Amino acid sequence: MTMENAPAAKPIAPPRPKGRLRQALDSDIFYSYRRSPVTIVASIVAVSLILMAILAPWIAPHDPFNPASLNLMDGFTPPMSQSAFGDNWFLMGADNQGRDVFSTIMYGSRVSLFVGAMATLFAITLGVTLGLTAGYNGGTVDAIIMRIADIQLSFPGILIALLIFGIARGVIPANQQESMAIWVLIVAIGLSNWAQFARTVRGATMVERQKDYVSAARIIGVHPVLILIRHILPNVLGPVLVIGTIGLALAIIEEATLSFLGVGVPPTQPSLGTLIRIGQQYLFSGEWWILFFPAVTLVLLALSVNLLGDWLRDALNPKLR
Amino acid sequence: MTEPLLSVRNLAVEFPTRHGILTAVQDISFDIMPGEVLGMVGESGAGKSMTGAAIIGLIEPPGRIARGEIWLRDQRIDNLPPEKMRKIRGRHIGMIFQDPLTSLNPLYRISDQLIETIRTHLPVSRDEARKRAVKLLDDVGIPDASRRIDDYPHQFSGGMRQRVVIALALCAGPELVIADEPTTALDVSVQAQIIEVMKELCAEHGAAIMLVTHDMGVIAEAADRVAVMYAGRLAEIGPVRDVIKDARHPYSQGLMGAIPRLGESLERLVHIPGSMPRLNAVPPGCPFNPRCPKVFDKCRTHRPATSEIEPGRRAACWLYPGVTEA
Amino acid sequence: MSEPLLDVRHLSRRFDVSPPWLNRKLERTGKVYVNAVKDVSFSVKRGETFALVGESGSGKTTIARLIVGLLEPTEGEIVFDGQSLSRGLQGREARRLRRRFQMIFQDPLASLNPRWRVTDIIAEPLRAFERGMNDRARRLRVGELLTLVGLSPEDGVKFPHQFSGGQRQRIAIARALAAKPEFIVCDEPTSALDVSVQAQILNLMKDLQDEFGLTYVFISHNLQVVRHMANEIGVLYLGRLAEVGESEALFEHPRHPYTRMLLDAVPDIDMTGRRRKKVEGEIPSPLRPPPGCPFNPRCPFANDRCRIEVPGLTPVGLQAAACHAVEEGRI
Ligand SMILES: Nc1ncnc2c1ncn2[C@@H]1O[C@H](COP(=O)(O)OP(=O)(O)OP(=O)(O)O)[C@@H](O)[C@H]1O
Ligand SMILES: Nc1ncnc2c1ncn2[C@@H]1O[C@H](COP(=O)(O)OP(=O)(O)OP(=O)(O)O)[C@@H](O)[C@H]1O
Ligand code: SF4
Ligand code: SF4
Ligand SMILES: [Mg+2]
Ligand SMILES: [Mg+2]
Repeated sequence: MTMENAPAAKPIAPPRPKGRLRQALDSDIFYSYRRSPVTIVASIVAVSLILMAILAPWIAPHDPFNPASLNLMDGFTPPMSQSAFGDNWFLMGADNQGRDVFSTIMYGSRVSLFVGAMATLFAITLGVTLGLTAGYNGGTVDAIIMRIADIQLSFPGILIALLIFGIARGVIPANQQESMAIWVLIVAIGLSNWAQFARTVRGATMVERQKDYVSAARIIGVHPVLILIRHILPNVLGPVLVIGTIGLALAIIEEATLSFLGVGVPPTQPSLGTLIRIGQQYLFSGEWWILFFPAVTLVLLALSVNLLGDWLRDALNPKLR
Repeated sequence: MTEPLLSVRNLAVEFPTRHGILTAVQDISFDIMPGEVLGMVGESGAGKSMTGAAIIGLIEPPGRIARGEIWLRDQRIDNLPPEKMRKIRGRHIGMIFQDPLTSLNPLYRISDQLIETIRTHLPVSRDEARKRAVKLLDDVGIPDASRRIDDYPHQFSGGMRQRVVIALALCAGPELVIADEPTTALDVSVQAQIIEVMKELCAEHGAAIMLVTHDMGVIAEAADRVAVMYAGRLAEIGPVRDVIKDARHPYSQGLMGAIPRLGESLERLVHIPGSMPRLNAVPPGCPFNPRCPKVFDKCRTHRPATSEIEPGRRAACWLYPGVTEA
Repeated sequence: MSEPLLDVRHLSRRFDVSPPWLNRKLERTGKVYVNAVKDVSFSVKRGETFALVGESGSGKTTIARLIVGLLEPTEGEIVFDGQSLSRGLQGREARRLRRRFQMIFQDPLASLNPRWRVTDIIAEPLRAFERGMNDRARRLRVGELLTLVGLSPEDGVKFPHQFSGGQRQRIAIARALAAKPEFIVCDEPTSALDVSVQAQILNLMKDLQDEFGLTYVFISHNLQVVRHMANEIGVLYLGRLAEVGESEALFEHPRHPYTRMLLDAVPDIDMTGRRRKKVEGEIPSPLRPPPGCPFNPRCPFANDRCRIEVPGLTPVGLQAAACHAVEEGRI
């Protein structure tokens, strides 16, 4: 035999792969990240906002939901000033009930992010599962799933969320509505967003399914479900990640819209949308900060996440690299 | 002695990448005489297409011609501004690519594309251009050309489309045609027809051809001279019969031995072990040295230049006296 | 003479390529089928190589996929070592049979999952068939396979895109060999490769055949390659077998006009001065094959009978050809 490497006397097993971090730092994605200032700024903003939200209970200067720590006399204190009656100092001012706007924003982003992330996760799970099923099986299954997705996509997401919300209102007993509200919101937003995931994944799956690595697995009798999970899923996740990120921004805005309309989270757990709804009542009476700061936070959050999504799309697209 | 039609001198094409500069073509020099067919062979990634692209000024950024000169008769064309180069393409240098679909616009009729091209380069009326186009289609072997000229590209089969592309490349009467893998996408039985048509037509119009291909069979049949590329460099260049029957560079020798022939059966093929280096990791000395069966000490440290080893033949290998260092 | 390992009997496969239902109703057209493979029979002897040659669209890949069970035949039967594969295999019996055959694909990159490491790719058949094997044993076997195909065990941690085309095809071969099959269907394994790399892969495949007594069905459009690899050859044209026979005989005395044409179209590398014959016409669309003999529009020997009646395979000399002219003794 004239093979390049003479067969080794003792078989050697391939080494185990090196650490993920080193690979990640060496990857093209990281390279394109370093070269895009906008993305770096966006990621810093997004990470700070997210950290602020997650760590709110520990780092917020005030606990706006503890009635004991509230003083109605602090109401309407302007930003960067000491309350006229207490010794509390307010970075972003205080609202009508004397709650620190900065702290309410931290807690509010927490709710907004939680709802947005859970709703997106729900939409991704549902959309990816249905998309994989439709793309792999084709035929009638595909036709049914995709027609539902088409119908779904032809309505604005907010309308569908409102509809689901209305149905939930009717179904869930009144005494549980308060506690269930946040979950209803998550399901409502998730259900209004799954279709684009399904559509993208279905398309990618149909392409991947034709490839010979799938044939190779089919020949050795790998179960279709395993083929979908182990072979096809990793290859279709790229676009999911991209629309998932942009979807997160959309979900946050959708939640804010619903809460602004008053059908979202209960007032005891205000989200950014709730804060904006409260704030807009005072806009014309001069207490601009109650609206302004939550609104800016919402815009920053949505914008930075969206920019990250845009960058991810370009970074994962080999043609633009 | 006639003047060469095209002279390429010390051409180098580079791509800046994040792992440093990748030299896709390194120090290549050759001439093409009027009416001559120069074949260009080599492994995938050897830099064949890149050489062709450099000549017609179609290297995609960030790639660039880093060094060297390209002369079309007595005009230097490697540093022309894009508009001037566009005039030269088509009028003086025609192009045929592997995939006929990329050269034909699916939205326009064949007639429109041909007439358009003829009229951008030649001062003729529409009617005259159309007549010329029909004649060309007829020449490339499209039956019933006067009727089919008004078809759209998708109404043609792969082989017919490639014929149309040949007609398109020849319609302004260029002196040089660069054909990059013109038959690779076609079936064996159709390949022979296309090569035939291309060769006959170019001979008729007096156009020279630079024929880039993987397929030694096509070269053997169509080319007058052949250049063998390896890792971005010219390993050997010479008259086609000499190179095929009596290759000098060990790489070309291996390449010729690797081709299965009809006459022999069930025997082992000669093969060159290993694979061509990545262009950003070309070994020092002779780029072929890790795979070369005749390697000796000098090969590992000194890089041979493509030098004349006998009249009309050049090779880059230390086995031959007269080879200089690059 | 050894007994056949694979017997393909009257195999046919058609594809429904009709436009969608609504378009059909609006345009008042019926269903449209492509007969990708029509009434193909051949058998492959144990330890030998049977080659299928034909131009694009002649049904080579379809036959390959039918044999390994990726497609269901419309008609006909495939018998592997005495067992019919057509009766939808189930359970343990299926697994026992499946591990005995494998396939190598044309595009080595597409046949390897880009997100998997080479070790995992090669180990996949082991996971499927060697359920008892532990991780360490499996990795040792992968190292052994990588060495066998001329790569090094260290290559196991890399991803497919980090290899050249030839090396990728070696990985695909290692995967095919992992579960020690006896029979491998190779669908144009070297068409995407350079000649020098092709020589490496062809030599490797031959060495492996000698070492493990493998049986190959080898698909190619390249006659020189086929001549080099095969003991027996089947020539396909538009989904039908034009000619089958022992390789030597078929190259020495091609009977069918299409085989002759193919042989004449082979370029003359040795520059003996032989000119390729110019072949007239192109392969007709498989959607609208001509009536009678599928080759009749391009055949210099065609007569009226050829335009009406489909010729069947009839033995001539050491091979069999599907041609009226051959049968009538006109050529
Ligand atoms: N956009 C690019 N960026 C970096 N390197 C490139 C780029 N395009 C081409 N190259 C490099 O240039 C080299 C030469 O490529 P070229 O297309 O000329 O090869 P070729 O000989 O025509 O091969 P093939 O037979 O596959 O067409 C390749 O090795 C490739 O890696
Ligand atoms: N899934 C499919 N659906 C519809 N038509 C198909 C399908 N697969 C193959 N065909 C058709 O069947 C015919 C034979 O195709 P096949 O892929 O077997 O050809 P081939 O000989 O392998 O060609 P190539 O050399 O191009 O690979 C072609 O006309 C093709 O269009
Ligand atoms: S220079 Fe040396 S290594 Fe290079 S081809 Fe010649 S003999 Fe081989
Ligand atoms: S049957 Fe007739 S048309 Fe067909 S190959 Fe034979 S002679 Fe030619
Ligand atoms: Mg090329
Ligand atoms: Mg095929």
